[in-house]
Amino acid sequence: MMGTIFGIPPQALFGQLLLGLINGSFYALLSLGLAVIFGMLNVINFAHGALYMMGAFVAWLLLTQLGIGYWWALLLAPLVVGLFGVVLEKTLLSRLYKLDHLYGLLLTFGLALIVEGAFRHQYGVSGQPYPIPDALKGGQNLGFMFLPNYRGWVVVASLVVCISTWIAIEKTKLGAYLRAATENPVLVQAFGINVPRMITLTYAFGVALAGLAGVLAAPIYQVSPLMGSNLIIVVFAVVVIGGMGSILGAVLTGYGLGLLEGLTKVFYPEASNIVVFVIMAVVLMIKPAGLFGRER
Amino acid sequence: MIARLLASAALAALTIGVMSTGPAMAQQGKLSGDMVKIGVLNDRSGLYADLGGEGSVIAARMAAEEFGNKILGKPIEIISADHQNKPDIGANLARQWIDQDGVDVIVDVPNSGVALAVQEVTKEKKKIFLMEGPATSRLTGDACSPTGFHWPYDTHALAVGTGQAMVKEGGDSWFFITADYAFGHQLEADTSVEVKKAGGKVVGSVKAPLNSADFSSFLLQAQASGAKIVGLANAGGDTITSIKQASEFGLTQSGQQKLAGLLIFLSDVHALGLQVAQDLVLTTGFYWDRDDESRAWSKKFFDRYGKMPTMVQAGSYSAVRHYLKAIEAAGTDDGPTVAAKMKEMPVNDMFAKNGTILPNGRMVHDMYLARVKKPSESKGAWDYYQILRTIPGKEAFASFEESGCKLPK
Repeated sequence: MMGTIFGIPPQALFGQLLLGLINGSFYALLSLGLAVIFGMLNVINFAHGALYMMGAFVAWLLLTQLGIGYWWALLLAPLVVGLFGVVLEKTLLSRLYKLDHLYGLLLTFGLALIVEGAFRHQYGVSGQPYPIPDALKGGQNLGFMFLPNYRGWVVVASLVVCISTWIAIEKTKLGAYLRAATENPVLVQAFGINVPRMITLTYAFGVALAGLAGVLAAPIYQVSPLMGSNLIIVVFAVVVIGGMGSILGAVLTGYGLGLLEGLTKVFYPEASNIVVFVIMAVVLMIKPAGLFGRER
Repeated sequence: MIARLLASAALAALTIGVMSTGPAMAQQGKLSGDMVKIGVLNDRSGLYADLGGEGSVIAARMAAEEFGNKILGKPIEIISADHQNKPDIGANLARQWIDQDGVDVIVDVPNSGVALAVQEVTKEKKKIFLMEGPATSRLTGDACSPTGFHWPYDTHALAVGTGQAMVKEGGDSWFFITADYAFGHQLEADTSVEVKKAGGKVVGSVKAPLNSADFSSFLLQAQASGAKIVGLANAGGDTITSIKQASEFGLTQSGQQKLAGLLIFLSDVHALGLQVAQDLVLTTGFYWDRDDESRAWSKKFFDRYGKMPTMVQAGSYSAVRHYLKAIEAAGTDDGPTVAAKMKEMPVNDMFAKNGTILPNGRMVHDMYLARVKKPSESKGAWDYYQILRTIPGKEAFASFEESGCKLPK
């Protein structure tokens, strides 16, 4: 008989940590998009959850209406959601940049309610089943737990996307333009760079990330109109803890909180849906700008 | 276009005018507010919206239509609202409906937490409360009310049906994944009693917060427990997610563990698809494909709602119909008088045959133990259940003496 850690066999603990990492992958992907959008546009995008849900629904519609499978959906759904983002930014959001943050928040919150309401009206709340793609069915027996292949794939995919986004923004020329445009848009424009278009594309990219997360989530959860609102509050807490606008902060906090939540589910499951908010409260008291944020 | 709009607005104003002068001109009737006003209060947007929701409103309307939308010569009106699964909102809405809007009866109210709060209000105001959505047997137990009626099912009946059946098949050790509120706790408690009575044992349980997105952690704990049966003491969206993820994590494939969905609605099976839901054993108060009468009614319901009725929706029809018949027989809509009449009359409709109502408001009728068909067995859309056994009402529900209700007999 092996020893135990706080009364839990270590093997069970490994399993729970791995599950936490999987959930953290979704937190990271979603908070990454939010951080990109806030960093570049100064908009608190409350529609993020609705767009995540939309990504899942686009995947489901592609499959059931057109017979287009998972792998194409992985590409097409973020494109569709990104295009929707372009329309939103061009027609609505771009009018609000000169106003207080609050207006952007209210607008996107309203949009989220409209989008969710429309889907709920059409499809009900129980959700639609989306099958796991054949190539990723089954799982591996890791000794301490059974890991479904699909969950493993989610962790890998999310890591790849998060790291490449971080590199693109922090290490490339395009990223440098973007960061410069946030600091001083007038000057960057003077160098002949089309700043408004860059902002539009940044927003589109941010929401496309949400759409991608939606496709990744579709086979795990039901494709349901409520899936976004269930998740978005937690993701906002993640962004606040990580520091608004900090890309690295959002990603690291996403994974970290996923792990912490996983542990809570073992030691005190009743608290698993509030632990993130408790941490948020504590962080706000000690470091109001967030763990990785800087005071502005 | 604008002219038409104006015309219809004028017409509407006229109608309202006529309606508001109506009661003043009418004779002093025996109905409060000169009408019977039915308030359907349920979850219309959250995880329980599909098992009741608008479907329960349509079912109530179908009952009213059987009376020609009129009772004792006065109109029947049906209104609805969303309690958002919050007990305070539910209780406030109920209070407002009764005090200001002249509502005579409150219908459905899924979510045991909300139902317990509304039961307090209707008890105090002496108004009829017809419960179809909520599950906890406390509603006819320690929290019973002289004017409260619990219709299609309760945690006791689910425990007797599914709990005993699984133990009989050799599932003698149980682990529960329980929704962390009134309903889940009661369902776990009731099922544990039945499991132990049948000779099984409970090895552990985990309380999952309501509306969790991910159940894999809880499922893993269930797997580690080594129990033969993993009992899902949850409902709606939570049950759907747990079953889907249990299949993903290979919980049942090994053949060593079985899932027991303690409360599964037809809408859940529809959402999961037969591929994932196949072979689940469940207990239900109603199945649309039971006999000619239930098929005929369900077909009419389907034509209006686009989905086959759950036991909650079918139960809403049955309860409202019985309520209206009792008003007809009593000649009044006074709460306690109608309640007494309802308890005198047997319930006979497409939902229940010779149903009887106990002094604590429990409607006793046959329950059904069912198994979800395999995709290959299903002959078409909504052909989901095979009925394994009819559980006689007396066996399924606790007797008045057992219930713990302190009302006079």
